[in-house]
Amino acid sequence: MSKVMVIRPRAVVIGAGALLAMTAVAVLTLGTGDFPIAPADVVKTLAGQGNAAQTFIINELRLPRVVTAILVGMALAAGGAVFQSITRNPLGSPDILGITSGAGAAALAVVILGGSSTALSLAAITGGIGTALLIQLIGGRRGLQGYRFILIGVGMTAILNGIMGWLLTKGVQMENARALLWLAGSFDGRGWEEALPLLGVLIVTIPILAVVCGPGLRMLEMGDDVAAGLGVPVKRLRNGALLVASLVVACAAAAAGPVNFVALIAPNIARRVTRAPGPNLLPSMAIGALLTVAADWLAMHSGYPLPVGVVTGGLGGAYLVWLLISERKAGRI
Amino acid sequence: MSRLSGTGLTLAYDKRVIAEQLSVEIPDGSFTVIIGPNACGKSTLLRALSRLLKPAAGTVLLDGGDVHSLPTRTVARTLGLLPQSSTAPDGITVAELVARGRYPHQGLLRRWSERDEQVVTESMAATGVGDLADRNVDELSGGQRQRVWIAMALAQQTPLLLLDEPTTYLDIAHQIEVLDLCAELHERQGRTLVAVLHDLNHAARYATHLIAMRDGKVARSGPPGEVLTAALVEEVFGLPCRVIDDPETGTPLVVPAARRKTSVQAEV
Repeated sequence: MSKVMVIRPRAVVIGAGALLAMTAVAVLTLGTGDFPIAPADVVKTLAGQGNAAQTFIINELRLPRVVTAILVGMALAAGGAVFQSITRNPLGSPDILGITSGAGAAALAVVILGGSSTALSLAAITGGIGTALLIQLIGGRRGLQGYRFILIGVGMTAILNGIMGWLLTKGVQMENARALLWLAGSFDGRGWEEALPLLGVLIVTIPILAVVCGPGLRMLEMGDDVAAGLGVPVKRLRNGALLVASLVVACAAAAAGPVNFVALIAPNIARRVTRAPGPNLLPSMAIGALLTVAADWLAMHSGYPLPVGVVTGGLGGAYLVWLLISERKAGRI
Repeated sequence: MSRLSGTGLTLAYDKRVIAEQLSVEIPDGSFTVIIGPNACGKSTLLRALSRLLKPAAGTVLLDGGDVHSLPTRTVARTLGLLPQSSTAPDGITVAELVARGRYPHQGLLRRWSERDEQVVTESMAATGVGDLADRNVDELSGGQRQRVWIAMALAQQTPLLLLDEPTTYLDIAHQIEVLDLCAELHERQGRTLVAVLHDLNHAARYATHLIAMRDGKVARSGPPGEVLTAALVEEVFGLPCRVIDDPETGTPLVVPAARRKTSVQAEV
């Protein structure tokens, strides 16, 4: 038996378990709505054996929303895993560093100017990547580790939130309502036109992050010097991986609005439960998908129509407080 | 011409110049130790030799090629490095950490092989951490942990190995243990070792070639018996001392001069 496990069985079991749980919740979600459908019938319909009404309701009305939720969860978690691995800090996630806020501010500007939904998506992507480049420019000269970089990101988030507030005072009431709904993060009314581009982005970027960048990212976790000594092109890898990860996160934000904290929590949970070193990209994605689908289900069952971003924000905020307390106890802050 | 050398190096961090017109040569098959006072540029030199720091002027040659133009993976298969600052990722086992030394031998298509497995096992055996293979690195003592990092550098299978203060933070027994291990690797496996060390007596005992630096310049280099004299220690460190023969090995042993009583005390 080999002493070196390239892939830990524990990580595979946890990833598969999360996907299974995610599927179960997705089936429940697909059965929820004005026309409740029993889970068994949902599965039958998905297999192509439902009646015409069920097929229409599930495949046409509800499936796109759930698929968007799954893809958004995966994308945010993948981006978060790469960010946290590069910053070597559980707080170094795109929502804390301002990437999500950058996407939000740019998208908000488009909403208030009355742009199309394509323009909104493009603006969100540009805003997210622009913010990533900016924080690298300001804070990245002496490496991206440590609280210095995190604090620059926090400052950036504050500035961008200020800009968003200002934009909202400039908007007309109608557009503001649309803008606020987008800002809260929601899967309401999301269809294939949101899901398919995001799926395309994930199909291209995830292999890049996992196969091309993955081994080098694992080396980077031991410190820049060790990684460079092992032949990792440190700067090129770091900048490239951050850019791709920012693109993934910004595309997720373009599809559903800023669904808060998934990028922060999913990789943290993945690392804790798999107990494996490295970015834990695939387990993080499975857990991210489970989180968003479950949050969406919770949002639907809250008895009040909550946007999913409010649920993940509430759960994520609580997790962040717990994380800060436990990091404090471990003497890392 | 030796495999690793630097000529006319100007070394600087941003605008702070550490060394100018610095030239060194690392004799093949030597255990070279670089000594010198704090901030004399010895770690900076090691960083330049291992291409972590790009010199502002001059070139570092590795096998006749500029170390900064060679493909980084090629360099990593020839020259290994154990830097001062390294972090063991949370939850990593000893075998997993040592296995990371195989990185430069792998590629997109060539992943883990029997050969990699064998090299990892051998590296752990050579450093005496084979029994710890499945333990978490965070559970180990400082000395054990340093041996694991050395094992990782060994698994890289480079003919040249650079170590930046490998004995810092270790107690005296572990310092000797690590240096004995280095000497063994040098003698048995014929690797060229370059280490920065603070302790002059350790340097004298283990080095086959000594480079003494001061203010970004090489004050003297050669075999320890010739380099390490009372005059040199006074010149480089500003420390009055006597140099006697080490009763164990016959190498130079630096004994700092006793504290001179202050004039006030002398008068009384």
